[in-house]
Amino acid sequence: MGDEVLLRMTGISKAFPGVQALDDVHLDVEAGTVHALMGENGAGKSTLMKVLAGIYRADSGTIFLGGAEVHVPDSSTALRLGIAMIHQELSPVPAMTVAENMFLGREPVNRFRLVDKRVMVAQSQAVFDKWSIDINPRRVMKTLSVAQMQMVEIAKAISTDARLIIMDEPTSAITEREVEHLHRMIRSLRESGVAIIYITHKMDEVFKIADFVTVFRDGRHVATLPAAELDRQKLITLMVGRELTHLFPKEDVPIGEVVMSVRGLTRRGVISDISFDLRRGEILGLAGLMGAGRTEVLEAIFGVTKVDSGEVVINGKTIHIKSPADAIEAGMGLLTEDRKLTGIMGVLSVRDNMTIANLNRFSPGGILRKRQMDAACKAQRDALAIKTPSLAQLIKNLSGGNQQKVLVSRWLLTLPDVLMIDEPTRGIDVGAKSEIHRLMSGLAKEGKAILMVSSEMPEILGMSDRVLVMAGGRITAEFSRAEVTQEKVLEAATLVAPAA
Amino acid sequence: MTAAAPKASGSVTRDSLANFVRKYLIVFIFLGMCVLLAVFSPNNSFLKPQNMINVVRQISVIGLLALGVMLCIIAMGIDLSLGSVLGFSAVVTASLVQQQGWKEALYPGLSLPAFVAILAGLGVGITLGAVNGGLIAAFKIPPFIATLGMMTMARGFAYIYSNGRPVSTLVPEFLWLGGGDILGIPVPIIIFGIVILLTHLMLNYTRFGRHVYAIGGNETAARVSGVNLGQTKVLIYTFSGLMAGLGGVVLTARVQSATPALGMGYELDAIASAVIGGTSFAGGIGTVWGTVVGALIIGVMNNGLDLLNVSPFYQQVVKGVIIIVAIIIDERKNR
Repeated sequence: MGDEVLLRMTGISKAFPGVQALDDVHLDVEAGTVHALMGENGAGKSTLMKVLAGIYRADSGTIFLGGAEVHVPDSSTALRLGIAMIHQELSPVPAMTVAENMFLGREPVNRFRLVDKRVMVAQSQAVFDKWSIDINPRRVMKTLSVAQMQMVEIAKAISTDARLIIMDEPTSAITEREVEHLHRMIRSLRESGVAIIYITHKMDEVFKIADFVTVFRDGRHVATLPAAELDRQKLITLMVGRELTHLFPKEDVPIGEVVMSVRGLTRRGVISDISFDLRRGEILGLAGLMGAGRTEVLEAIFGVTKVDSGEVVINGKTIHIKSPADAIEAGMGLLTEDRKLTGIMGVLSVRDNMTIANLNRFSPGGILRKRQMDAACKAQRDALAIKTPSLAQLIKNLSGGNQQKVLVSRWLLTLPDVLMIDEPTRGIDVGAKSEIHRLMSGLAKEGKAILMVSSEMPEILGMSDRVLVMAGGRITAEFSRAEVTQEKVLEAATLVAPAA
Repeated sequence: MTAAAPKASGSVTRDSLANFVRKYLIVFIFLGMCVLLAVFSPNNSFLKPQNMINVVRQISVIGLLALGVMLCIIAMGIDLSLGSVLGFSAVVTASLVQQQGWKEALYPGLSLPAFVAILAGLGVGITLGAVNGGLIAAFKIPPFIATLGMMTMARGFAYIYSNGRPVSTLVPEFLWLGGGDILGIPVPIIIFGIVILLTHLMLNYTRFGRHVYAIGGNETAARVSGVNLGQTKVLIYTFSGLMAGLGGVVLTARVQSATPALGMGYELDAIASAVIGGTSFAGGIGTVWGTVVGALIIGVMNNGLDLLNVSPFYQQVVKGVIIIVAIIIDERKNR
């Protein structure tokens, strides 16, 4: 194994609105090694790699490649420097053939300056043969399985003569046998002197394949150690070793009767046999790593997606939810994870955004009672201290925290019994965060039942009366407020559950 | 802070003035056009009451279609079938009000009250519009494609129904709709005025109206908020079809006959009106008043270019330039 440092990143910082994603991070990667990056959601692994691959631009810091300082302003520069990234969300052109995808943007041409398909196919075949990948280069990309697409992306990276290949959770969507094949490929790449940076949540894989492990936490570099010196326990301690200084103010309120019971909720390939009870006054935290199926559980309960089996009982009544409209009718609200994509309607006013889910209340016979609506909106604005010049302001002009409060208002105005909140404080600043937390606590006190998905460990530990942990589409553990710890949650979240 | 405060308040007034101008820019442009024409039209012909009434009369049909397509555009769709649906509605309406005994009538012996013919014309619009909406909602066909198909089909229906010939010699009671007046105001203008008012109320004071904006603002968010996307879309395109049907009735009464080619290309003027009036193709933005002013601008422009003796060939170029400039201004406004 080489000891020549191929890549050195030093002093890398990167801020997004409301969060310091990377804070003075450094990373050394030697040629001919496999270097695993680990950490919880939002620890900064993917952000750092996107800086390296020219997708994000760092606020500060320097990158050395093979001893020389390099600038990576965009991904084509990264490719030219020999840095290839295989994304978690693959980005092939589905309607093109495998060979065309392999040579996208660098198509070989014949003497008439026309694309030479024969050369493309032949060269693709040569790469596939060398790495014993069994895929016909003439096949159309979208007919391949996810694993096969992954192979094509890797082959593409190899064929660009990359010196450094970044793999972001390459095994999240492929089968055991395909993982074996992938690992064999990685080993032979390592033999040939290529450095691999391997982002993963799966600890077993790390011990199988990695030479070095770097752990990140909250945007900071925690430690870099040879994999041989680590075990599962040590790794978990490094990942969570955070002091819980700012605990969140979930007040102790009497927990009431069961409001919602979920029984055996299953959506094939996504979530499997999800059962739990939710009580009045309770905040139930749903923890797990990215892709564990938490958001999918909320969507299934709320009728956003269809389920294969299982039932939801609200206030003792089994209900059949076919659409979000039914769910709202039954007394549920869902504050979605991605505020911009599925939450706000940017070009509409604060008032419109607040009232869209509860128009029924204010429009007997379909005609809006504007004065009642305005009064209700104003009351919400004052109660939640939403900072907006007027209710007519476009919501896109508000800060993230205030947008989030408007969305909370949207659901409160439907007078729900059950409020499901997916990542309540993602992408909002610290002050607004604690306001949202106080708000949730107050709602629980009023007797609402809250189901909260969160990827932030302090939020899960601080806010939840009870914690369910998910992995691989299943619930793998349940902890009461008294017994829950970071270590226990992470342990349950990284269990390799059989695929749902 | 204290030192900065007066300066800030000064810039606030300047900002709000700029906002005011930006918000009503389209109205200023319209008024500017009118002033220019008042000054430069030969013999002051632009300002003559008869000419003004003519302008509004001419835009009343385009204006109806513009209101229809505006709803579609707000909800991130489009309706290309308006002109063809208008044509089909026109020949159906006309065929039911031909004078009894007219030897070339489609139904020579027929004698129906005018309102039956009007309902038939509106029915054609409602039906074809509902089909558009159904295709878009049930089969998830892009609105551009669904209504493009309907554009061709409805035109075909119009030719089949009329055997490709003009449908003329209509009863006077029906023609009142196009040529009559109430207290000196032409009936088409009154109809347009009523539709403007009702559409405004519908968009701003009904649940359906807010759903239209919500779908354009963020379709996924609207769905999660319990908006029934399919139902709303069917209603949107049905409304658009109804406007085309009504346009067919009014236009037939105005030109006193219907040909199967009637309304060809009108959808483009309607789309242009909506867009000049600030309706955004990115969805969620558009007002009745803006669209009406957009239609007025198109009307005044056509009229003014005629009065100024600009060749029709050049008129097309000028119209195109104005549409594009309007969009550029709109883009900058939304940045």
